[in-house]
Amino acid sequence: MTATAAKPEKIPVTVLTGYLGAGKTTLLNRILSEPHGKKFAVIVNEFGEIGIDNELVVNADEEVFEMNNGCICCTVRGDLVRIIDGLMRRKGKFDAIIVETTGLADPAPVAQTFFMDENVGAKTKLDAVVTVADAMWLKDRLKDAPEAKNQIAFADVILLNKADLVTPAELAEVEARIRAINPYAKLHRTERAKIDIAEVLGRNAFDLDRILDIEPAFLTADNAHDHDHDHAHDHYHDHHHHHHGDGLKHYHDEDMQSVSINTDKPLNPDKFFPWVQDLVATEGKDILRCKGILSFKDDPERFVFQGVHMILDGDHQRAWKDDEKRSSRLVFIGRHLPEDKIRKGFEACIA
Amino acid sequence: MTDISSAPIPSLAGRVRKVTAGVPVVGIHFFSRTPVFVLGEEALLYVRGDDEDRVAIHGGAILASASDGDRIVTGGDDGKLIVSDADGAHEVIATDDKKRWVDQVALGPDGAVAWSAGKTAHVRTGKGELRAYEAPSTVAGLCFAPKGFRVAVAHYNGVSFWFPNASAAPEKFEWKGSHLGVTISPDGKFLVTTMQESTLHGWRIADAKHMRMSGYSARVRSLSWTSDAKFLATSGSEQLILWPFDGKDGPMGRQPTLLARSEARVSVVACHPRQPVAAVGYADGAVWLVRLDDGALIEARGVDGDPVSALGWDKTGQLLAFGTEGGDAGVLTL
Repeated sequence: MTATAAKPEKIPVTVLTGYLGAGKTTLLNRILSEPHGKKFAVIVNEFGEIGIDNELVVNADEEVFEMNNGCICCTVRGDLVRIIDGLMRRKGKFDAIIVETTGLADPAPVAQTFFMDENVGAKTKLDAVVTVADAMWLKDRLKDAPEAKNQIAFADVILLNKADLVTPAELAEVEARIRAINPYAKLHRTERAKIDIAEVLGRNAFDLDRILDIEPAFLTADNAHDHDHDHAHDHYHDHHHHHHGDGLKHYHDEDMQSVSINTDKPLNPDKFFPWVQDLVATEGKDILRCKGILSFKDDPERFVFQGVHMILDGDHQRAWKDDEKRSSRLVFIGRHLPEDKIRKGFEACIA
Repeated sequence: MTDISSAPIPSLAGRVRKVTAGVPVVGIHFFSRTPVFVLGEEALLYVRGDDEDRVAIHGGAILASASDGDRIVTGGDDGKLIVSDADGAHEVIATDDKKRWVDQVALGPDGAVAWSAGKTAHVRTGKGELRAYEAPSTVAGLCFAPKGFRVAVAHYNGVSFWFPNASAAPEKFEWKGSHLGVTISPDGKFLVTTMQESTLHGWRIADAKHMRMSGYSARVRSLSWTSDAKFLATSGSEQLILWPFDGKDGPMGRQPTLLARSEARVSVVACHPRQPVAAVGYADGAVWLVRLDDGALIEARGVDGDPVSALGWDKTGQLLAFGTEGGDAGVLTL
């Protein structure tokens, strides 16, 4: 087909979550008021705070609908399906969409909408889930609000906001708590949600071509340095609090953990795919996010995948480079993950 | 990929009168022989002879439209419901008090109009009386029954079949899941919804017996009844799918008719108002006329990668108008 028009760019969608009062609206207004020359369509929840200074603001009802496929965790945001359909009529009037959720929202249905609805997935792409956390109160919320923990576990980018209102020791403490749940998100300390918007937008966190950074970042982005991951991992599942040379504490969260697996041995795809599909079919309710870069036996290309609950998305990404170490890395973030079962199952997939 | 040059489909594409919409076309209606293109943003485009007359009516996106041949009603993201006539005159007939999107509209008997914003379905009767029904979740589809003064309101987990002039509670047709569009067969016997999943759900109205119509590769977004009311034509697959609705059981236990197979997905369907012919628009830009008796095809628009987003026939079936997501449009005289 020579006459085929160039494929239009998909509109990126950033999902903004965070518990009540953490500073979501402050961040949103900061994004909108920066002199970046971009135009946004903003979808706010019906109880959203007023005073959003933007031309295109849509109120959403946050209607979470179960898909009729017998899978209780396959939920979509019905209102988003309709709103994005409506917004696409004004294509050209905005460059990106920001979805602000209520403080109590689970980010999963929002993310799943982009994979479950063909029209939404064809016109837009999920860019990243950005979670704003309150440095002073997050520790308490992680104890009493499962929603807050979900939002941390699900995040690609976390703003630890109001960092100026707590002591350095308290800040280190809450960062360690966050890392116990999600060591893979980019973590930024902020005051009044002040951040370079390039750290928040255009992250491509769900783009298979960009699944590169799945090394755990135990350190905040602003003082990151090399870290022994295997070593860290040992501590990670240790219930005692340890002090590393870098001075960071390591916690184990009772409910939400991550499991990361590495191997230099090539995998057998005929074993791996049935295993991972069965894993998400049986444990998907508790697996919030997963990502992986895989090296299959006799396969010159890297295979990458990512998933949200029971939905998996994967593809060959590119050829392994000559000087690149062919290793496989997988990460699961979730609730009460059966780590031994996951590790043993994975080891059985080695070719 | 299809090699178009070898495809033996006769084409009428050269006879199309081109129309420059410039923005996505989201609906097409006719006032007699005047096609009116509903544009994704703000305006209606009236095409009279060589003139293209753009009439701005909404302050934003136009989300829904309906016509009975005498008027066009539109709902917009400006929270307004607007009625327009053949001359381009228009007036606001309702404004949502919370400025929510008016995203469903339907026209009924004796000048009645129905619309919805959020969970509230509204009806204005021909006499100007206002009625409202609060659905259990956001209204995702509205249609009038062909007989009697009843409105089907689609929402999460089913359809409420509402009598706007009676105090009785709406009759509930329940089926788990998100119902996004609704239609009633012209004989008034069957209620059919499009679902978030790639299926249709149906009920026989008399006994609420369920029908599940599945096998689609995508969500069904376009429905059209054939002129003899024997079939419901649907989008959502790489061919035109026609479900049989003749007989008392409708499609229960029967197979659909599959015609006009393509490599691209059907995006819009519009049945001819008099003949057993359907116009079928595809995601690759093609528009085909399909003779339902034998599946014979005529091309009305060629493949160019610009998805067809709207189709419409005039009342006599001599004029077919089409529009695309990319803002291309045209009128074919048969």
